[in-house]
Amino acid sequence: MDSNTLIIGLAGVLFAAAPVIFAVIGETISERAGVINLSMNGTILLSAMGAFAVSVRTENLFLGFLMGMFIGALVALVVAFASITLKQSQVAVGFVLALLCRDLSYFLGNPFMGLAGLRLPALPVSGLSQIPVIGPLLFNQDLMTYLSYLLIFLAWLWIFRTRPGLMLQGIGERPAAAFVRGANVNFMRYVYTMLGGAIIGLAGPTYSLSVKAGWKGTISGLDGIGWIALAITIFGGWNPLRAAFGAYLFALLQWLGLVLQPSLPNIPSQVLQVAPFPLMILTLLLVNIGNAEWVERTLAALPGPTRRFIAKVLRTLRASPPAALGIPFETD
Amino acid sequence: MTKNSRLINLGFQLAALVLAILFTTLILLAVGAPPLEAYKNIISGSVGSFKKFTDVLVSWVPLLLTSTGLLITFSAGLWNIGVEGQITLGAIATTWMLRLLQDSGLPPALIIVLSILGGMVGGALWASLTGVLKTFGGVNEIFGGLGLNFVATAFTLWLIFGPWKRPGVGSMSGTEPFDEALWLPMFPELRLSPWALVIALAAIVIVYLMLQGTYFGLRLKAVGKNFKAAYLLGIPTWQYMMISFMLCGALAGAAGAIQVTAVYHRLIPSISSGYGYLGLLVAMLVNYQAIWAVPVALFFAGLNIGSIQLPIVLKLDSSLSGVLQGMLVLFVLMVEGARQQFMRRS
Repeated sequence: MDSNTLIIGLAGVLFAAAPVIFAVIGETISERAGVINLSMNGTILLSAMGAFAVSVRTENLFLGFLMGMFIGALVALVVAFASITLKQSQVAVGFVLALLCRDLSYFLGNPFMGLAGLRLPALPVSGLSQIPVIGPLLFNQDLMTYLSYLLIFLAWLWIFRTRPGLMLQGIGERPAAAFVRGANVNFMRYVYTMLGGAIIGLAGPTYSLSVKAGWKGTISGLDGIGWIALAITIFGGWNPLRAAFGAYLFALLQWLGLVLQPSLPNIPSQVLQVAPFPLMILTLLLVNIGNAEWVERTLAALPGPTRRFIAKVLRTLRASPPAALGIPFETD
Repeated sequence: MTKNSRLINLGFQLAALVLAILFTTLILLAVGAPPLEAYKNIISGSVGSFKKFTDVLVSWVPLLLTSTGLLITFSAGLWNIGVEGQITLGAIATTWMLRLLQDSGLPPALIIVLSILGGMVGGALWASLTGVLKTFGGVNEIFGGLGLNFVATAFTLWLIFGPWKRPGVGSMSGTEPFDEALWLPMFPELRLSPWALVIALAAIVIVYLMLQGTYFGLRLKAVGKNFKAAYLLGIPTWQYMMISFMLCGALAGAAGAIQVTAVYHRLIPSISSGYGYLGLLVAMLVNYQAIWAVPVALFFAGLNIGSIQLPIVLKLDSSLSGVLQGMLVLFVLMVEGARQQFMRRS
């Protein structure tokens, strides 16, 4: 593989990762506020279908993306209402919505299956795209890919470098303390869950109007991505930068699977397509195993330098969820 | 519970059903489909004839088996989403046993029994992976299970296109069908096996008795209700979690085994047919009251079978059944929440 094909391939990785970035950043924001939006897999499918349908009918890409965000926020509103106001299990509601939205997308999308639709055009940034290596890699993409770069840093800045972001961390970690400091915890949870949902809702259109343009029902190849994105959110330790790293790693592995396919003729293509899943389990294992009690006990028995080294590695990988994740907040 | 509050409960549950049908009707109207026609089609497609009703029972058996298994993990407070893969591994293990024993000269009845038992062991072992990941690796069972589901599908495809491929070339239609002697005996002229019915009903009765009437069931529920308190009380919590995973896996494996021995008579790529995820909905709906799994699973199976003819008759996607099922569970959850809020205020 010469360097030119490599750059084009890697640019493709950044492009293909954009929807996953939207999904993991949206979920990270929602979970930071203490609400798990487990519906993600269904939300992505439904927003992909809705955006495609709208853009076919109106011949307007912008309205398509808007529809995607609307659907994402709406599903998130159901999650928020059922879990915050009605105090039902977030996991239960989210799981039902994941299945319901998936079936809804197949049912409502039936008339739009296989239609020719619009596709987001490439938008090279004049000047920047001329820079060798970096230009074709980063700046010869479409608008949503640029937005995905931007969003990673915006989300990081918001959560870790602003006052409202500090409050966001507070309502996810110590809602009681945030409440005492004057935060309207449940209202803020509604806001952030819907904001996160709207961002997740960008992932669908980014697929159906750009990365995998079109709607093909059950064979659209989008079923399952939401679940991977949920795992990447955990791998990301609820930090947008680390979550984005996970998303890029995932896209890179998928691309490697495609590149390596011809040299592994004995393995059916379906098997390589699921290669990310065992890796997902492995990464979750690495992130979580430091929390296990038996690991601490085993570590304590090891000689000093080895112990310090392994403990350091585990600590770097380790991620702990926001303390109040999934727990309803009551003022009394 | 007083008579009055029981009436209120019933009212809330009816409200959930009405809301689910109302929203589904709105969705049908939105796509310009005639709602009454669609519902009529689902009903006639599921109970319109004796033959169709037996088809519903064919799909009821694996659904009831998985729902039954999930009642055990739900009691232990676990979200066993990996159940889908446990069905698949049950089917794979059964196929493997059948292939291994088909030329052994053993009596066919014995081969079938051994293969179904093998399927249960396969499902239980696959479920234990999720359990090990959770107890020793700290990986939440939702993500461990989901990942393993996709791995199980890949494993099936690899077997069908690789080592177990049909003479000539492998195809999505599955492995070579087994000899008729190795099929679970059927009712004449039907796809339904009486043995499959017996296995499913036996499973729900045993699990019902286990959860309601044994010390084990009580302690399992203690683990589910309050993990820490159960641990402090001296219940070996992780062992209980592990056992509940494996029992659920065994029942899901039995569902897979029946898919192979009584329905498809071979291994096909989508052998689990979504019964795992649907079983989760059933188990959520019956909310720990095991015996209700019997009618709810029957109703869901009826919706599935009834919607098969929708694409041909009304040009509607058959996923309408999934929409109805999802709406129903969603509204039951929401209405239950509303009821709790209502009870607290009054």
